Amino acid sequence: MNTRRLFAVALVVSLLVAGVASYYASSHPDGLEYVAEQTGFIDSAEDSATVDSPLADYQTSGVDDARISGGLAGVIGVVVMLLLSTGLFWLVRRRGTDDAGSGDVDSDDARPERAHQSEA
Amino acid sequence: MHVPDGFLDAPTSVATGAVAVVAVACSLRGARRELDDRTAPAAGLVATFVFAAQMINFPVGAGTSGHLMGGALAAVLVGPWTAVLCLSVVLVVQALLMADGGITALGTNITLIGIVTVVVGYGVFVVLRRVLPKRLGMVAPAAAVGALVSVPAAALVFTLLFAVGGNVPVDLGAVMTAMLGWHTVIGVGEAVVTGLVVASVVAARPDLVHGARPLLVERELELRTGVAR
Repeated sequence: MNTRRLFAVALVVSLLVAGVASYYASSHPDGLEYVAEQTGFIDSAEDSATVDSPLADYQTSGVDDARISGGLAGVIGVVVMLLLSTGLFWLVRRRGTDDAGSGDVDSDDARPERAHQSEA
Repeated sequence: MHVPDGFLDAPTSVATGAVAVVAVACSLRGARRELDDRTAPAAGLVATFVFAAQMINFPVGAGTSGHLMGGALAAVLVGPWTAVLCLSVVLVVQALLMADGGITALGTNITLIGIVTVVVGYGVFVVLRRVLPKRLGMVAPAAAVGALVSVPAAALVFTLLFAVGGNVPVDLGAVMTAMLGWHTVIGVGEAVVTGLVVASVVAARPDLVHGARPLLVERELELRTGVAR
Protein backbone atom coordinates (compact mmCIF):
# COMPACT_ATOMS: atom_id res chain seq x y z
CA MET A 1 0.00 0.00 0.00
CA ASN A 2 1.48 3.36 -0.86
CA THR A 3 1.96 5.97 1.79
CA ARG A 4 -0.70 8.32 0.52
CA ARG A 5 -3.37 5.61 0.51
CA LEU A 6 -2.43 4.40 4.00
CA PHE A 7 -2.66 7.96 5.33
CA ALA A 8 -6.05 8.41 3.62
CA VAL A 9 -7.33 5.18 5.21
CA ALA A 10 -6.13 6.32 8.66
CA LEU A 11 -7.90 9.67 8.27
CA VAL A 12 -11.17 8.12 7.06
CA VAL A 13 -11.12 5.58 9.91
CA SER A 14 -10.53 8.39 12.44
CA LEU A 15 -13.41 10.45 11.00
CA LEU A 16 -15.77 7.45 11.06
CA VAL A 17 -14.77 6.48 14.61
CA ALA A 18 -15.17 10.04 15.97
CA GLY A 19 -18.08 11.08 13.78
CA VAL A 20 -20.24 7.94 13.62
CA ALA A 21 -19.13 5.10 15.92
CA SER A 22 -18.79 7.42 18.94
CA TYR A 23 -22.60 7.57 19.14
CA TYR A 24 -22.60 3.92 20.17
CA ALA A 25 -19.94 4.30 22.87
CA SER A 26 -20.82 3.18 26.39
CA SER A 27 -22.13 6.02 28.56
CA HIS A 28 -21.19 4.27 31.79
CA PRO A 29 -18.67 6.09 34.01
CA ASP A 30 -15.07 5.22 33.16
CA GLY A 31 -12.83 3.20 35.49
CA LEU A 32 -11.60 6.19 37.49
CA GLU A 33 -15.06 7.77 37.87
CA TYR A 34 -16.52 4.45 38.95
CA VAL A 35 -13.79 3.89 41.57
CA ALA A 36 -14.28 7.48 42.77
CA GLU A 37 -18.00 6.81 43.21
CA GLN A 38 -17.44 3.50 45.00
CA THR A 39 -14.72 4.70 47.37
CA GLY A 40 -16.28 8.11 48.05
CA PHE A 41 -14.20 10.85 46.43
CA ILE A 42 -16.30 11.58 43.33
CA ASP A 43 -17.76 14.70 44.97
CA SER A 44 -14.34 16.36 45.03
CA ALA A 45 -14.49 16.60 41.21
CA GLU A 46 -14.99 20.17 40.02
CA ASP A 47 -16.32 21.43 36.71
CA SER A 48 -13.57 22.29 34.27
CA ALA A 49 -13.07 25.96 33.43
CA THR A 50 -13.92 24.99 29.85
CA VAL A 51 -17.28 23.40 30.77
CA ASP A 52 -19.09 26.10 28.74
CA SER A 53 -17.06 25.38 25.60
CA PRO A 54 -19.32 24.94 22.56
CA LEU A 55 -17.97 21.37 22.25
CA ALA A 56 -17.98 20.48 25.97
CA ASP A 57 -18.54 16.80 26.70
CA TYR A 58 -18.24 15.98 22.97
CA GLN A 59 -21.59 17.62 22.18
CA THR A 60 -22.02 20.58 19.84
CA SER A 61 -24.03 23.27 21.59
CA GLY A 62 -27.09 24.40 19.72
CA VAL A 63 -27.51 21.07 17.90
CA ASP A 64 -30.42 19.13 19.37
CA ASP A 65 -30.08 15.78 17.60
CA ALA A 66 -27.71 13.78 19.81
CA ARG A 67 -26.30 11.79 16.91
CA ILE A 68 -25.45 14.90 14.86
CA SER A 69 -24.33 16.90 17.89
CA GLY A 70 -21.85 14.24 19.00
CA GLY A 71 -20.77 13.34 15.49
CA LEU A 72 -20.09 16.96 14.60
CA ALA A 73 -18.05 17.48 17.77
CA GLY A 74 -16.02 14.38 16.92
CA VAL A 75 -15.35 15.49 13.35
CA ILE A 76 -14.35 19.00 14.47
CA GLY A 77 -12.06 17.43 17.07
CA VAL A 78 -10.44 15.21 14.43
CA VAL A 79 -9.81 18.18 12.12
CA VAL A 80 -8.33 20.27 14.96
CA MET A 81 -6.15 17.32 16.02
CA LEU A 82 -4.91 16.72 12.49
CA LEU A 83 -3.94 20.36 11.95
CA LEU A 84 -2.34 20.85 15.38
CA SER A 85 -0.40 17.59 15.59
CA THR A 86 0.74 17.43 11.97
CA GLY A 87 1.79 21.08 12.18
CA LEU A 88 3.76 20.40 15.37
CA PHE A 89 5.48 17.30 14.00
CA TRP A 90 6.28 19.03 10.72
CA LEU A 91 8.06 21.79 12.69
CA VAL A 92 9.87 19.32 14.96
CA ARG A 93 11.02 16.90 12.21
CA ARG A 94 14.67 16.75 11.22
CA ARG A 95 15.43 18.36 7.94
CA GLY A 96 18.37 17.72 5.75
CA THR A 97 20.68 15.27 4.20
CA ASP A 98 19.77 11.58 4.40
CA ASP A 99 15.98 11.62 4.35
CA ALA A 100 15.42 14.78 2.36
CA GLY A 101 13.29 14.08 -0.67
CA SER A 102 12.04 10.72 0.58
CA GLY A 103 8.58 12.22 1.05
CA ASP A 104 7.61 11.89 -2.60
CA VAL A 105 5.32 9.06 -3.57
CA ASP A 106 7.60 7.38 -6.10
CA SER A 107 10.38 6.58 -3.69
CA ASP A 108 7.84 5.47 -1.09
CA ASP A 109 6.31 2.98 -3.47
CA ALA A 110 9.60 1.16 -3.83
CA ARG A 111 9.80 0.43 -0.12
CA PRO A 112 7.00 -2.04 0.68
CA GLU A 113 8.26 -4.57 -1.83
CA ARG A 114 11.69 -4.60 -0.30
CA ALA A 115 10.05 -4.97 3.10
CA HIS A 116 7.92 -7.90 2.00
CA GLN A 117 10.83 -9.69 0.43
CA SER A 118 12.80 -9.34 3.60
CA GLU A 119 9.88 -10.77 5.53
CA ALA A 120 9.82 -13.98 3.49
CA MET B 1 -8.94 7.84 33.29
CA HIS B 2 -9.03 11.55 32.58
CA VAL B 3 -8.57 13.13 36.01
CA PRO B 4 -10.98 16.05 36.62
CA ASP B 5 -10.07 19.19 38.54
CA GLY B 6 -10.43 18.80 42.30
CA PHE B 7 -9.31 15.18 42.83
CA LEU B 8 -5.72 16.20 43.61
CA ASP B 9 -4.56 19.17 45.69
CA ALA B 10 -2.67 22.17 44.30
CA PRO B 11 0.90 21.12 45.26
CA THR B 12 0.45 17.70 43.63
CA SER B 13 -1.04 19.27 40.51
CA VAL B 14 1.85 21.74 40.30
CA ALA B 15 4.34 18.88 40.68
CA THR B 16 2.75 16.77 37.94
CA GLY B 17 2.55 19.94 35.83
CA ALA B 18 6.32 20.36 36.21
CA VAL B 19 6.88 16.70 35.30
CA ALA B 20 4.74 17.18 32.20
CA VAL B 21 6.58 20.34 31.12
CA VAL B 22 10.00 18.67 31.48
CA ALA B 23 8.82 15.52 29.67
CA VAL B 24 7.33 17.49 26.77
CA ALA B 25 10.50 19.60 26.47
CA CYS B 26 12.69 16.45 26.38
CA SER B 27 10.30 14.84 23.90
CA LEU B 28 10.49 17.84 21.56
CA ARG B 29 14.25 17.21 21.37
CA GLY B 30 13.98 13.42 21.22
CA ALA B 31 11.24 13.40 18.59
CA ARG B 32 13.53 15.16 16.10
CA ARG B 33 15.37 11.85 15.68
CA GLU B 34 12.12 9.96 15.07
CA LEU B 35 10.46 12.39 12.66
CA ASP B 36 11.31 13.08 9.04
CA ASP B 37 9.35 14.17 5.98
CA ARG B 38 7.63 10.79 5.83
CA THR B 39 7.02 10.00 9.51
CA ALA B 40 5.87 13.50 10.58
CA PRO B 41 2.50 13.23 8.77
CA ALA B 42 2.20 9.64 10.03
CA ALA B 43 2.65 10.88 13.59
CA GLY B 44 -0.03 13.52 13.06
CA LEU B 45 -2.43 10.81 11.94
CA VAL B 46 -1.53 8.59 14.91
CA ALA B 47 -2.36 11.43 17.31
CA THR B 48 -5.61 12.07 15.43
CA PHE B 49 -6.56 8.39 15.53
CA VAL B 50 -5.84 8.18 19.28
CA PHE B 51 -8.12 11.20 19.82
CA ALA B 52 -10.91 9.51 17.85
CA ALA B 53 -10.41 6.13 19.54
CA GLN B 54 -10.56 7.74 22.99
CA MET B 55 -14.18 8.72 22.23
CA ILE B 56 -15.14 5.04 22.16
CA ASN B 57 -15.87 3.89 25.68
CA PHE B 58 -16.35 0.13 25.79
CA PRO B 59 -18.28 -1.49 28.67
CA VAL B 60 -16.19 -3.54 31.07
CA GLY B 61 -18.99 -4.75 33.35
CA ALA B 62 -20.77 -3.62 36.51
CA GLY B 63 -21.74 -0.28 34.99
CA THR B 64 -18.17 0.71 34.22
CA SER B 65 -16.47 1.55 30.94
CA GLY B 66 -13.01 2.24 29.60
CA HIS B 67 -11.39 3.52 26.43
CA LEU B 68 -8.06 3.25 24.67
CA MET B 69 -5.29 5.36 26.18
CA GLY B 70 -3.03 4.82 23.20
CA GLY B 71 0.41 5.40 24.74
CA ALA B 72 1.78 1.97 23.85
CA LEU B 73 0.11 2.08 20.42
CA ALA B 74 1.59 5.47 19.53
CA ALA B 75 5.05 4.55 20.88
CA VAL B 76 5.27 1.36 18.80
CA LEU B 77 3.97 3.10 15.66
CA VAL B 78 5.93 6.37 15.75
CA GLY B 79 8.47 6.10 18.58
CA PRO B 80 8.30 6.90 22.30
CA TRP B 81 9.35 10.59 22.20
CA THR B 82 6.83 11.35 19.47
CA ALA B 83 4.21 9.32 21.36
CA VAL B 84 4.52 11.58 24.42
CA LEU B 85 3.87 14.56 22.13
CA CYS B 86 0.92 12.77 20.41
CA LEU B 87 -0.79 12.09 23.73
CA SER B 88 -0.02 15.59 25.02
CA VAL B 89 -1.71 17.20 22.00
CA VAL B 90 -4.70 14.86 22.46
CA LEU B 91 -5.00 15.77 26.16
CA VAL B 92 -4.66 19.53 25.55
CA VAL B 93 -7.35 19.46 22.83
CA GLN B 94 -9.64 17.35 25.05
CA ALA B 95 -9.18 19.64 28.07
CA LEU B 96 -9.57 22.94 26.19
CA LEU B 97 -12.16 22.03 23.57
CA MET B 98 -14.15 19.14 25.04
CA ALA B 99 -13.87 19.87 28.79
CA ASP B 100 -12.64 16.27 29.14
CA GLY B 101 -10.07 16.19 31.93
CA GLY B 102 -9.47 19.22 34.14
CA ILE B 103 -7.35 22.26 33.32
CA THR B 104 -5.38 22.24 36.59
CA ALA B 105 -5.28 18.44 36.17
CA LEU B 106 -3.74 18.69 32.68
CA GLY B 107 -0.23 18.02 34.03
CA THR B 108 -1.57 15.00 35.92
CA ASN B 109 -3.29 13.65 32.82
CA ILE B 110 -0.19 14.16 30.65
CA THR B 111 1.86 12.40 33.34
CA LEU B 112 -0.51 9.41 33.58
CA ILE B 113 -1.84 8.99 30.03
CA GLY B 114 1.01 10.63 28.11
CA ILE B 115 4.14 9.56 30.02
CA VAL B 116 3.46 6.50 32.22
CA THR B 117 1.65 4.55 29.49
CA VAL B 118 4.36 5.37 26.93
CA VAL B 119 7.29 4.53 29.22
CA VAL B 120 5.75 1.32 30.56
CA GLY B 121 4.08 0.22 27.32
CA TYR B 122 7.14 0.83 25.15
CA GLY B 123 9.50 -0.54 27.80
CA VAL B 124 7.61 -3.85 27.96
CA PHE B 125 7.46 -3.89 24.14
CA VAL B 126 11.24 -3.45 23.76
CA VAL B 127 12.00 -6.18 26.32
CA LEU B 128 9.62 -8.58 24.53
CA ARG B 129 11.06 -7.73 21.11
CA ARG B 130 14.48 -8.70 22.45
CA VAL B 131 13.22 -12.00 23.92
CA LEU B 132 10.77 -13.13 21.23
CA PRO B 133 11.75 -14.56 17.81
CA LYS B 134 13.00 -11.79 15.51
CA ARG B 135 9.97 -11.86 13.24
CA LEU B 136 7.58 -9.12 12.07
CA GLY B 137 4.70 -11.28 13.30
CA MET B 138 5.88 -10.76 16.87
CA VAL B 139 5.55 -6.95 16.75
CA ALA B 140 1.77 -6.78 17.27
CA PRO B 141 1.63 -9.33 20.15
CA ALA B 142 4.52 -7.55 21.90
CA ALA B 143 2.73 -4.21 21.46
CA ALA B 144 -0.48 -5.73 22.85
CA VAL B 145 1.26 -6.98 26.00
CA GLY B 146 2.90 -3.57 26.46
CA ALA B 147 -0.55 -1.98 26.13
CA LEU B 148 -2.07 -4.45 28.61
CA VAL B 149 0.52 -3.59 31.28
CA SER B 150 0.47 0.17 30.61
CA VAL B 151 -3.12 0.71 31.78
CA PRO B 152 -2.87 -0.72 35.34
CA ALA B 153 0.54 1.01 35.56
CA ALA B 154 -1.16 4.37 34.99
CA ALA B 155 -3.86 3.39 37.52
CA LEU B 156 -1.13 2.56 40.05
CA VAL B 157 0.57 5.94 39.55
CA PHE B 158 -2.78 7.72 39.94
CA THR B 159 -3.32 5.91 43.24
CA LEU B 160 0.14 6.93 44.45
CA LEU B 161 -0.57 10.56 43.50
CA PHE B 162 -3.92 10.31 45.28
CA ALA B 163 -2.16 8.93 48.39
CA VAL B 164 0.10 12.00 48.39
CA GLY B 165 -2.33 14.71 47.32
CA GLY B 166 -5.90 13.40 47.34
CA ASN B 167 -8.39 16.04 48.46
CA VAL B 168 -10.64 13.53 50.27
CA PRO B 169 -9.39 11.17 52.97
CA VAL B 170 -10.62 7.75 51.84
CA ASP B 171 -9.40 4.18 52.32
CA LEU B 172 -6.35 4.04 50.05
CA GLY B 173 -6.24 0.25 50.06
CA ALA B 174 -9.75 0.17 48.61
CA VAL B 175 -8.82 2.79 45.99
CA MET B 176 -5.70 0.80 45.04
CA THR B 177 -7.53 -2.52 44.74
CA ALA B 178 -10.41 -1.08 42.72
CA MET B 179 -8.16 1.01 40.44
CA LEU B 180 -5.84 -1.90 39.64
CA GLY B 181 -8.70 -4.38 39.24
CA TRP B 182 -10.83 -2.32 36.85
CA HIS B 183 -7.88 -1.02 34.87
CA THR B 184 -6.51 -4.51 34.33
CA VAL B 185 -9.83 -5.34 32.66
CA ILE B 186 -9.68 -2.09 30.66
CA GLY B 187 -6.09 -3.06 29.78
CA VAL B 188 -7.41 -6.13 27.97
CA GLY B 189 -9.42 -3.81 25.71
CA GLU B 190 -6.32 -1.64 25.27
CA ALA B 191 -4.34 -4.75 24.29
CA VAL B 192 -6.94 -5.88 21.73
CA VAL B 193 -7.18 -2.48 20.00
CA THR B 194 -3.40 -1.95 20.07
CA GLY B 195 -2.69 -5.45 18.74
CA LEU B 196 -5.20 -5.12 15.88
CA VAL B 197 -4.07 -1.66 14.79
CA VAL B 198 -0.34 -2.50 14.97
CA ALA B 199 -0.90 -5.80 13.11
CA SER B 200 -2.78 -3.92 10.35
CA VAL B 201 -0.07 -1.30 9.86
CA VAL B 202 2.71 -3.94 10.01
CA ALA B 203 0.87 -5.92 7.33
CA ALA B 204 0.48 -2.86 5.09
CA ARG B 205 3.74 -0.98 5.64
CA PRO B 206 6.20 -2.49 8.17
CA ASP B 207 8.77 0.17 7.23
CA LEU B 208 6.46 2.84 8.70
CA VAL B 209 6.24 1.10 12.10
CA HIS B 210 8.93 2.50 14.40
CA GLY B 211 9.00 -0.61 16.61
CA ALA B 212 9.39 -2.95 13.59
CA ARG B 213 12.36 -1.17 12.02
CA PRO B 214 15.17 -3.05 13.86
CA LEU B 215 13.66 -6.32 12.61
CA LEU B 216 13.60 -5.10 8.99
CA VAL B 217 17.26 -4.07 9.14
CA GLU B 218 18.18 -7.41 10.65
CA ARG B 219 16.38 -9.36 7.91
CA GLU B 220 18.15 -7.40 5.21
CA LEU B 221 21.54 -8.10 6.79
CA GLU B 222 20.76 -11.82 6.95
CA LEU B 223 19.89 -11.85 3.26
CA ARG B 224 23.17 -10.17 2.36
CA THR B 225 25.14 -12.71 4.39
CA GLY B 226 23.38 -15.49 2.48
CA VAL B 227 24.34 -13.95 -0.84
CA ALA B 228 27.96 -13.55 0.22
CA ARG B 229 28.27 -17.23 0.96
